[in-house]
Amino acid sequence: MTVISNVTCPVCGSLCDDLEIEVEGNNITNVRNACGMGESKFLGYASHRPSNPLVRKNGELVKATMTEAVRKSAEILANASYPILYGWSNTSCEALSAGIELAEEVGGVIDNTSTVCHGPSVLSIQDVGFSTCTLGQVRHRADLVLYWGSNPWSAHPRHIERYTNFTEGRFRHSEWHRYISTLSAYRSKKRAERACKLTEEIHEAAAETSTVLEQPRRLPSSLYEKERKMIVVDVRRTRSADIADCFLQVEPNKDYEIFQALRSLLRDEELQVDSVGGVSVEVLEDLVDVLVGCEFGVLFFGVGLTMSEGKLRNIEAGISLIRDLNQYTKFMIMPMRGHYNVTGANVVSTWQTGYPFAVDMSQGYPRYNPGETSVVDILSRGESDAALIVASDPVAHFPRESVKNLVAKPLIVIDPERNATSLFADVIFPCAVAGVEAEGTAYRMDRVPLPLKQLVKPPKSCLSDQEILCRILREARRIKKKAGEAMANG
Amino acid sequence: MLGLTVVLLTGRTLRQGQGKEYGKLSERYWKSVAKCEIDPDDLKKLGTTDGKAVKVTTSYGSVVLRAVKSLRGPHPGKVFVPYGPWASVVADSKTHGTGMPSFKGIQAVVEPASDLEEVLTLKELLLSHYGKKRGSQ
Amino acid sequence: MAELLVKNGFVYDPLNGVNGEKMDLFAKDGKIVDKLNGRRKRIVDASGMIVMPGGVDIHSHIAGPKVNAGRLLRPEDHYRDVEPKTDKTRSGVGRSIPSTFTTGYRYARLGYTTVMEPAMPPLLARHVHEELNDTPMIDKAAFPLLSDCWFVLEPLQKGLIEEAAAYVAWAMEATRGYAIKLVNPGGLEAWGFGRNVRNIDDTVPHFNITPREIIRGLCRVNRLLHLPHSIHVHTNNLGKPGNYETCLETMKCVEDLAPSDSRPVIHVTHLQFSSFKGDDWQTFESGAEEIARYVNTHNHVTTDMGQVVFTDTTTMTADGPFQYILYQLSHNKWVNNDVEIETSAGIVPFTYKRSSFVHATQWSIGLELALLVNDPWRMYMTTDHPNAAPFIFYPKIISWLVSRIAREKLLNKVSKRARHKSLLPTIDREYTFYELAIATRAGQAKSLGLKDKGHLGVGADADIAIYNVNPEEVDPSKQYKRVRKAFKNAEYTIKDGQIVVKKGEVVKPVDGRIFWVKPELSSSRMEISPKLKEAFEDYYTVQYENYIVPEHHLAHSHPISIKTEV
Repeated sequence: MTVISNVTCPVCGSLCDDLEIEVEGNNITNVRNACGMGESKFLGYASHRPSNPLVRKNGELVKATMTEAVRKSAEILANASYPILYGWSNTSCEALSAGIELAEEVGGVIDNTSTVCHGPSVLSIQDVGFSTCTLGQVRHRADLVLYWGSNPWSAHPRHIERYTNFTEGRFRHSEWHRYISTLSAYRSKKRAERACKLTEEIHEAAAETSTVLEQPRRLPSSLYEKERKMIVVDVRRTRSADIADCFLQVEPNKDYEIFQALRSLLRDEELQVDSVGGVSVEVLEDLVDVLVGCEFGVLFFGVGLTMSEGKLRNIEAGISLIRDLNQYTKFMIMPMRGHYNVTGANVVSTWQTGYPFAVDMSQGYPRYNPGETSVVDILSRGESDAALIVASDPVAHFPRESVKNLVAKPLIVIDPERNATSLFADVIFPCAVAGVEAEGTAYRMDRVPLPLKQLVKPPKSCLSDQEILCRILREARRIKKKAGEAMANG
Repeated sequence: MLGLTVVLLTGRTLRQGQGKEYGKLSERYWKSVAKCEIDPDDLKKLGTTDGKAVKVTTSYGSVVLRAVKSLRGPHPGKVFVPYGPWASVVADSKTHGTGMPSFKGIQAVVEPASDLEEVLTLKELLLSHYGKKRGSQ
Repeated sequence: MAELLVKNGFVYDPLNGVNGEKMDLFAKDGKIVDKLNGRRKRIVDASGMIVMPGGVDIHSHIAGPKVNAGRLLRPEDHYRDVEPKTDKTRSGVGRSIPSTFTTGYRYARLGYTTVMEPAMPPLLARHVHEELNDTPMIDKAAFPLLSDCWFVLEPLQKGLIEEAAAYVAWAMEATRGYAIKLVNPGGLEAWGFGRNVRNIDDTVPHFNITPREIIRGLCRVNRLLHLPHSIHVHTNNLGKPGNYETCLETMKCVEDLAPSDSRPVIHVTHLQFSSFKGDDWQTFESGAEEIARYVNTHNHVTTDMGQVVFTDTTTMTADGPFQYILYQLSHNKWVNNDVEIETSAGIVPFTYKRSSFVHATQWSIGLELALLVNDPWRMYMTTDHPNAAPFIFYPKIISWLVSRIAREKLLNKVSKRARHKSLLPTIDREYTFYELAIATRAGQAKSLGLKDKGHLGVGADADIAIYNVNPEEVDPSKQYKRVRKAFKNAEYTIKDGQIVVKKGEVVKPVDGRIFWVKPELSSSRMEISPKLKEAFEDYYTVQYENYIVPEHHLAHSHPISIKTEV
């Protein structure tokens, strides 16, 4: 039995790299330091992986050799006029690099999952910039942390313990002990309330007021003390809100208004209304005081902002607020990236093509115009005529209109798992799981690059997706060259 | 039928995150995403209970889910469906020039499902919306 | 096996004292040799053309997190300038921050064969090398940013030079770096809480050390480690009116550390940005005269221009506080990225306008410095790409260096106030081709300690640039446009003895190597101390093992072993 340490977890954007994996023979038997998702991945990866490449013949997926699958895929892509190559966030940078070269060769569109996640954040950054840092700065310096439209407890379980309020920093202490006492106090309170509810009747009429939003009239006193403070802002009380010093409940689709209101209050302007987004102006004024009064603040935001009405404008307003705050104190903003290597996908795509996602190579050079060259739009308009999906499941996560057109055309899937998309594939390549069975590089949500290790060997039929893509590229080149020669001669 | 107008929110959950690592075709995954978390008082208003099937309809589609009494209440007028194929079939594909479809804050109607409607498996759901793949064109 | 003969060109090889002599050059197996034996050789006819060593750029931001953040920030910069895919080259985009493939191709077209990335955050070194791997055609190296690193500040504050040196040696190898880079020393740590340092004797909050101590400390570390290049310094107060005093103080503070063999001990980079006189933007003026006077009388300093061109570009430096000020001045979009334990970065798009008194004065300052510093071996041509201008404008700057008329013509089009205050009308000096070869290759290679670069003597790497301009027929002073055109697209660029560019087109894509320094410590210091390792885990949010860049991560690694005194 061997213990492999310093393993990078290939699940979420926190990209924890302190995992310890026990390996016996070629099997992973135990995982230490991981959260629930990480443990699930290392212990349950590729449980439904096909043992061979598959090709659809007469409507059914049948076993095929690697050569056959590669040839069929290369034919599909080389002969398509506008193929899309999508996914990339759940695999290594090296795979994406091969994918970009392939997209360039076949004149396709290469897009990654940020298009349905933090794409709008990227668009905002391109408009107004971004004041950010690596997570260690937060760990050592932050005395105020806001999670806005983000629920780390569920989506990035170790974020708080590794990077924010529960860590020890050079200039700040951990809030772990205070949290334990707060939590037990909260739980006692809830128990008491439940007991009251059983013995009393509470009139439903009270719930009829349209916006019964839970928030204090005044912010908790702990926000004014010089310790690590946490504020959670969300439309519903998440688990993260339970451990925060302060939870602000806001109305859905009102974040833009709230950010702009805060900016106005920061400039000492008077608001003509009593509340914004379900939050009273009084509370907003107090919040501004807290924001300005900290020594180092950071706002982590999630897809709560990118996916609701306003999309990129929500982020823009948030970034602008942070930028304005830097006139008074040090304030940072950071997106909570979901997939473990979506940041890597943006980073590699940007250095090789100049653009972070939605890159259209059909004209022979990179073009970028989200809304036009982004895959959800291309699919909604029914413009693509083939697709290669790598390490992603668009059939599960794209809206119906896009999926309809995706599944109607030739579809190649490279994934270690059977998923919704592979049910509609014409070619399936089972591949090695990056970070478990194949090495590579990934980038954390704060753009710190980390190595992915190979812990166990994949089955013989499962190559790394990088290798599969290189083979498809070689074959596609050969097909195009032949076609070019035929045209020249004929 | 008693229907409630709500705002539909979709998002990640720990269970969904764990479920997807076990595989999209697993029962664990199905349990974690084919559900709709409803505020306890809203559940009463609908005249249904935890575990029963409800239908969520938006202008983009309709889907049957298992109702779950939310432990994150109160949040009347808001329902939460975890990311996944069930949430996707009722989401808006229009990106308004940004590339990003709308997954949160969608106007929806929730009502108890009829006796003939039940929560489909992943394969059944996909088949009903997209048909069977015949072969590459 | 591959043999090459470059026939009959006018060779400028200052490191070997060759000044425009008509001669043949021989290359075999990637190196310059004194004769060829084989019958099969490629012949390049360089008759009537200038032959120089391949260009060497000592300071150009081409790879890494801040460069990439700039690329991401500015899609509008890319739309205007695209590179379609060819059967030999990858596609890409330009302009002020080209994508990586495009960067390599464009440098090669200018006749450059070696480029230094001057600002690598050690924590993010892996990223820098991945981009360098994807930058073809040129040999590269990167300088780790060390002036605000906690592992440097702590021992230096206690006066423990050897301990600091041991750390720097480890960091150089762990990050596969080449030279010690200082940026606004002490100021970046202060910026961690939104502050800055005001001069070199200001104390860095929480660390009880001054910039002077950091600069001197690292200078001494550099000497102990015998690193091939001196410390490479972006001064405190960069971009601030009156900062020429800080620049003078910075150069003075290491005067006594210069060895008797008069090898320079400090390189002050993009000197233009540190040569501002005046109390504010209204009284702003050139401090070039004072700076040049000091450089002329003190051999321990080398410098590079940081020349402004009137164009739209992107500023990007590790100097977080300076970039924030630039944002406040320009109201352009602003990106900031502070890196834990180590350093910072800021990016702001910027346009230099002829009509602006300040910008026009900056333009003048760069040229004044280049013309007033007498020793071409200690003043190099750069633009701090892309800060003062994108590197594609080098030929334009060359024309200003070789021709007084070219300078005058532009001077007549700039802000009247700047024109009246400029020293340029009083300066007749025009660079010769020999001096140009020093300023763009020989001098830079010498300062970097790259023994096989920047010259065409036997044993040198066969990196050769051939420019189609005849020095016997063309008077650069009057025909500067001809010179500019010739340097814009090399007739031939030869890399390791292979023709890679012909008539400004890439004909053979090659990868290039990454150079890095491997300091050899005495056996007692070989292993990183356990204390340091323990502190590492407390400080960083990554594991020690994962921080180190493995050598195989560099596609073509070229380590240089150095014997040290530690």
